[in-house]
Amino acid sequence: MAENKYLIFLGCAIPYRVSAYEISSRKVLQKLGVELVEMPEFNCCGLPLDPVSHEMMLILAARNLALAEQKGLNILTLCPGCAGTLKKVNKVLKEDKALREEINRHLKEAGLEFKGTADAKHIMQVLIEDVGLEKIKDTVVKPLTTLKVAEHNGCHILRPREFIGFDDPEDPKTLKTLIEATGATCLDYMDETECCGAPSVGVSDKIALQLARDKLNHIKMVDAQAMITICPFCHIMYDTNELRIEKMFNETYGIPILHYPQLLGLAMGLSPEELAIGELRVDASKILKQIAEGEK
Amino acid sequence: MVEKEPIKASEIDTKFKYEITKMHGGEKLMRCFQCGTCTSDCPVARFSETYRPRQIIRMTQLGLKERVLNSDTLWLCASCFTCTDRCPQGVEVASVIRVLRNLAAEKGIVPRVFKEQVSSVLDSGYAYKIPELRMKKRESLGLPPLPKGNPESICKTLRGLGFLKHLEKQGE
Ligand code: SF4
Ligand code: SF4
Repeated sequence: MAENKYLIFLGCAIPYRVSAYEISSRKVLQKLGVELVEMPEFNCCGLPLDPVSHEMMLILAARNLALAEQKGLNILTLCPGCAGTLKKVNKVLKEDKALREEINRHLKEAGLEFKGTADAKHIMQVLIEDVGLEKIKDTVVKPLTTLKVAEHNGCHILRPREFIGFDDPEDPKTLKTLIEATGATCLDYMDETECCGAPSVGVSDKIALQLARDKLNHIKMVDAQAMITICPFCHIMYDTNELRIEKMFNETYGIPILHYPQLLGLAMGLSPEELAIGELRVDASKILKQIAEGEK
Repeated sequence: MVEKEPIKASEIDTKFKYEITKMHGGEKLMRCFQCGTCTSDCPVARFSETYRPRQIIRMTQLGLKERVLNSDTLWLCASCFTCTDRCPQGVEVASVIRVLRNLAAEKGIVPRVFKEQVSSVLDSGYAYKIPELRMKKRESLGLPPLPKGNPESICKTLRGLGFLKHLEKQGE
């Protein structure tokens, strides 16, 4: 399979309400020479339905992998949940013949078959493994050297270790390395790998928001000027909900939450408009100004 | 969870644990030695008075089937997999909880949000109903059209799955 050509798998959350992540990702990937092909048709990766029926999740994930196989391309996802699910199901079905046959009986009803010949990768993995740090650094024309940020990884691109195994779940390095490639400083803070709480929102808003607040407190403690995410759900938890959390718990943060491709795009010299930074709920003008001044 | 109620012998389903260990992800249930790592590292437990993964595992081992499957707290897990990664005994805690949720869902015990997502996938391929306006807006944002779902094909592949009957019952 061609190395830098992928089927882009948007998932459900991004087209529903996180366009800025898609816009900025497409922009930076284009700059890096990564070619994206649209999925011929789409269904949810299956993850949100796993709690209801594991078998349903397996079929839905396998269906997407089978479509990618037909196209002869690997999948690139922007959502760690989609990447984690497709990776896990790919591995399980490749290794467990009986289960593969059972799932294929379902897929056959729609004329599809899972063979295990396509891979699924999250954008972060594509950037670090296939594009490579050197190439990324070459595109950085405006290093963000005055900026101090905190990273937040998505759970499903780290855990479970046994199935994902792409970064160290207890001490993940990829996002940090990618952030540092932009010239910005990436700060360490307490409980860095802790979940944002998003999957619990539908069941208990309160617990989920307390979790998000916990993280915002920790990054405030180290004076991070922004948080960098690589997941649409984490982004909703921190950006969409930041003002709500401030009101609910009587806190002040004012910390903008940027999608990693937005950060990289700024370092590539793309404009805030091109990167849809205006779509962020938490005002990012302070750091944009700082970046602009840094250039002078 | 109603842990304060004394356990009656009649409540115990001695076969329950075997039901779980037969299922994908539940195989290592009996290895748990109740160290408490899962609960102490669980982000949800930190902010919940009632959610305790270690307790769910113990109740499952003991065979308190009805209590576990009817418990609201079962649905609080954020599926972050921290417990699974850190369990010293290799119990796939998050997957055991998912197995339990699947069994509850088969009996129709499932929070509404999950049912809505299943219905939406069956109708459109997407877990959320994406407003027409959003789809149109893509063009002005310079984004390619959204790939379409294929509900007919999706329904064919999912035919025969037990959970679907609970959707029909709802009249959806
Ligand atoms: S971490 Fe593992 S062994 Fe310890 S209580 Fe939880 S499930 Fe049991
Ligand atoms: S997967 Fe669920 S039980 Fe395990 S640590 Fe995360 S929220 Fe807690």
